Amino acid sequence: MAALNVADVALHETDEELPAWSLPADAVDRIRVDLGWPAEVTREWAFGDSTGAGVRVCILDSGVEAGHPLVGAVQEAYAVSVDDEGNAIVAEDESGDRCGHGTACAGVIRGLAPECDLISVRVLGEGYKGSGRVLLAGLRWAIEQGYDVINMSLSTTKRDFAELLHELADSAYFRRTVLVASAHNMPVESYPWRFSSVISVGSHEDPDPFVYYYNPEPPVEFFARGLEVDVAWLDGSTLRCTGNSFATPHVSGLCALILSKHPRLPPFQLKSVLALTSDNVGPSA
Amino acid sequence: MSDDRFQAAVAAGVLAGEELHRSLLASIVETARAIFAAKASSIFLLDEDAEELVFEAVAGEGSEDLVGKRFPADTGIAGWVLATRQPLVLEDVQGDPRFRREAAESTGYVPKAMMAVPLLYEDTALGVLSVLDRAKDNRFTLAEMDLLSRFANQAAIGLDLLLRARRARTALEGTDEALQRLAHLGRNLEALPPERRPSALRLLAALEEIIRP
Repeated sequence: MAALNVADVALHETDEELPAWSLPADAVDRIRVDLGWPAEVTREWAFGDSTGAGVRVCILDSGVEAGHPLVGAVQEAYAVSVDDEGNAIVAEDESGDRCGHGTACAGVIRGLAPECDLISVRVLGEGYKGSGRVLLAGLRWAIEQGYDVINMSLSTTKRDFAELLHELADSAYFRRTVLVASAHNMPVESYPWRFSSVISVGSHEDPDPFVYYYNPEPPVEFFARGLEVDVAWLDGSTLRCTGNSFATPHVSGLCALILSKHPRLPPFQLKSVLALTSDNVGPSA
Repeated sequence: MSDDRFQAAVAAGVLAGEELHRSLLASIVETARAIFAAKASSIFLLDEDAEELVFEAVAGEGSEDLVGKRFPADTGIAGWVLATRQPLVLEDVQGDPRFRREAAESTGYVPKAMMAVPLLYEDTALGVLSVLDRAKDNRFTLAEMDLLSRFANQAAIGLDLLLRARRARTALEGTDEALQRLAHLGRNLEALPPERRPSALRLLAALEEIIRP
């Protein structure tokens, strides 16, 4: 079936500017979008034969150990800090991973989407400690770079940051950057996974990395493999880990596969494709 | 004296002693150990000023003399859980790079497997609840992690109560002698048998009359 007609979409986006809040009758033709959306969305249509090539996946985490057997090459790596006046400083980074968590996420994504680009943006320090301000600065920067997917296997419980995170999540959504965020593993209020503009992920117990479920009872919208996952860790090692942190990159990897086949698919449609191809949805469920 | 401190001081006068809060925490770790059929369970409190984790309650193996023992807050698996604010389950603790053998050995019990969950109260991570070595053949499930997390909420409230009582006591100790006497008076009044209360209250009313400015 036909993939999303990117040229058309791009043309209409850059065409004569439309009024922001209304749509005149003669403007309807200018926003016509040929999605090539099939009658039944299958996994074959969604990501069959896809390798993730051409998709840039950002791992907002503790850094990534480049060259790890499960990770391979890391295309770009940055570290984020905040100066005394609260300004974000983003610098190229060669120090790899401080605690293993980011490398674990990168390995899972690489396992699903072997040819995607991996970009590490380090917002967490040793022992996975990070300040909320660094997290916000890193996320803002990553959204500005226009990465296709941002994996956030982290959350903050600080209410002070919730509003800003919400704005950032919405701006990512409108810029066609999909945020894939870990639900908290405990019944607590934390962010950004609770926002509807992101794709939130919890864990299921099946060992198959391609098994995923849509949850009709949000806020957690998808469940992916998160129990006893053998993930990449520091110094080329592996570690068996459980938790939503490791379920999340499974969905990021799937997003990379879908976006590689259907470039620039907006986040709401990407979410729909994921839902429609979930193991518990549709006639095959 | 600020209103806050005064309220805290009065609270210390009328609140139950620290022992009651301690027994709440002890009962939580006892129950956690029973629910998961585990070898041991413990609660660490974060001492923010000292950046240390302190054993507040312990049940099961190695429980003797552990209460009050301290570790650097970034130590081992408990430190990791505190920093990430996420629960962690390990089937092979000793093979985990986050495991600190020296710290574990000093407790007198080195676990093979463990579950640990942060104790979160509102925005704050107060400490860590851990469960060591569940019964054999009891394979870990996500439902168990969920159960432990829910349980941790209860422990967090208990820990928060303990901390409030301690803050109240500290505030009280910093005040003048008169207020301390007043707080003691309040506490003693609470403890009086019912038949002695009316006369004690009459005496207090008379006292109030005499020392009115």
